[in-house]
Amino acid sequence: MLEIKNLHVKLEEEDKAILKGVDLTVEAGKVHAIMGPNGSGKSTLSYVLSGKNGYEVTDGSATLLGHDLLAMDPEERAAAGLFLAFQYPVEIPGVGNMTFLRTAVNAQRKARGEEEMSSAEFLKTVRQKARELEIDADMLKRPVNTGFSGGEKKRNEILQMAMLAPKMCILDETDSGLDVDAMKLVAQGVNALRDAGRGFLVITHYQRLLNHIQPDVVHIMSEGRIIKTGGPELALEVEENGYADLKAEVA
Amino acid sequence: MALPQAKHDATEARLEGLTRLPGGAWLSAAQDAALGRFGAMGLPGRRDEYWRFTDPATLNAATAPSAALMTITDEAPIFGDIDRVRLVFVDGVFDAAASDDPDLAGVEIERLAEAGKTDIHWSRDVYGVLEARGQTPVRRPFAALNTAFAQDGVLIRVTGKAARPVHLVYLHESETSDAILHHCIKVEQGAELTVLENGPGAARFNKVMEVDIADGGAFHHIRAQGRDHERRAMTHVFARLGEESLFKSFTMTANGVLTRNEAVIEFTGDNASAHVAGAAMGDGDFHHDDTVFITHDAVNCESRQVFKKVLRNGATGVFQGKILVRPGAQKTDGYQMSQALLLDENAQFLAKPELEIHADDVACSHGSTSGAIDEEALFYLRARGVPRAEAIDMLTLAFLAEAIQEIGDEAIRDEIHTRLEAWLMRRRG
Repeated sequence: MLEIKNLHVKLEEEDKAILKGVDLTVEAGKVHAIMGPNGSGKSTLSYVLSGKNGYEVTDGSATLLGHDLLAMDPEERAAAGLFLAFQYPVEIPGVGNMTFLRTAVNAQRKARGEEEMSSAEFLKTVRQKARELEIDADMLKRPVNTGFSGGEKKRNEILQMAMLAPKMCILDETDSGLDVDAMKLVAQGVNALRDAGRGFLVITHYQRLLNHIQPDVVHIMSEGRIIKTGGPELALEVEENGYADLKAEVA
Repeated sequence: MALPQAKHDATEARLEGLTRLPGGAWLSAAQDAALGRFGAMGLPGRRDEYWRFTDPATLNAATAPSAALMTITDEAPIFGDIDRVRLVFVDGVFDAAASDDPDLAGVEIERLAEAGKTDIHWSRDVYGVLEARGQTPVRRPFAALNTAFAQDGVLIRVTGKAARPVHLVYLHESETSDAILHHCIKVEQGAELTVLENGPGAARFNKVMEVDIADGGAFHHIRAQGRDHERRAMTHVFARLGEESLFKSFTMTANGVLTRNEAVIEFTGDNASAHVAGAAMGDGDFHHDDTVFITHDAVNCESRQVFKKVLRNGATGVFQGKILVRPGAQKTDGYQMSQALLLDENAQFLAKPELEIHADDVACSHGSTSGAIDEEALFYLRARGVPRAEAIDMLTLAFLAEAIQEIGDEAIRDEIHTRLEAWLMRRRG
């Protein structure tokens, strides 16, 4: 599904390397988790994969189902099936949440040469998925993320994910700013989307989200590299001993 | 006080080609007084405080600079779906054949060119009167010129709640037309009227609308100045608000090498409310100026100014807005917001927000910003699959939303939104 090879990235504005050779393959149907201390490059990886400005790839490659992600515009990556659930979803006053969702769904369909979703089908689908995430009609009507609480924003991200039905989902610190109940709700939303054709990359600082979204593979990232890969037990080890021990062990 | 020689000569030259509308006693008196005001002021120059950002040269010129005609085939005429009374002016000349029968319960509609011939008319308490009040402290020479030389206009007296809006349609069919129109609207106690306007329809268009709202009256104004790019327009709205009255005015401007819309609003009765808003979009040599002056001279009145401009390819936007709170105008609630979205580095926004407050128990706030498209929001939309150009349009319309929200009528709001969206789509290429 997602194949990252020897990815090197630096900040465009300053000569500072952030990713220093990341190798990672996420298979369809699998949930991979990336854990790591602050500043290890986890969020940068998610931004570079989704096409945010400000980063320069100096070496390596990233492909989604064989398509060269790095050569595509952000909207093309989305249409190809990539989805990033933002750590900090952006507030967009003046754009209604429903209008936004519908525009996004149909823009992707159009880009893939598919027929647009009818109003009736869209409404039916969005209402059902919103209900599952306990998103009320008012939240759908309000401008995108504007005045939403932290939990509402994250649920809104998962709603978008559900509506867009991407092939490869990247969740960037989706647990940050969530209380336990909200986290459970978000995790349920993610788990409902798990299927054999879809890959997940869950980026998190803490292990607790992984209690709710069980990963198949856990990677530890530090200083721009993946330093250790293992099963779910690796996350527990981090929880127990912190990142310092792991770094020392690898060094 | 004599004008400097150069200004005197230019002013004389400007007056040379103008003729007064033949009038009876009331109109002649108003014209005389206005000519006196204009003569004392002369034409504006770039050194006048309120003309620093907008060059009046083409408005001052003795003849109107020519403006190519524009035939629009890809959009139906605006407000077409609304049940309304249409009054059509072609290059400033009333076209009776193209107009509806002005038959509207609770509303008397007359032409200035006709009613002006009488010796006594209700409009003598409005025509040139509100304009004259609006000449201090800031001079508005083109308004005085208009009062003296208007060729026609409508005089509307509203005594009930009008069931349909009055729609003033301005068509531009001559490349060199120089139109001067003057409307007076008197909204009597508890009466209500909506006026729609679209145009401007002349190579050079000078229009004044005076609106006198009695206690408990309501006046809604929605104007679309659109697409006719080479025309020049200088408009004034003067409004006087009685107790518990309401004045709402919204203007959409898309295109135009020169547009200056002045709104001069005066609260004379307590507990009244006035909202003026504008959404303007321009490209290239577009120049758009909103100049607003709101005087609070009564207790517990609310005024709200919301002006948004989208500027690209070197377009220029100007905002000069003032809230004046006179001594004793306690509990005034004044809000003023002017913002520009600059879609490239060549566009510019010049803003001069002013507050002058002489009462101690008031709440006035103002803000003025100019900025580019929010890159974070743009990336967010693109990351969801919305193509860049479409995402920019979405954010642009979102930027204008606060101004469009000022339109009370939902159907009209939707229509304005659709027109603005279409303007953006045409430029997507």
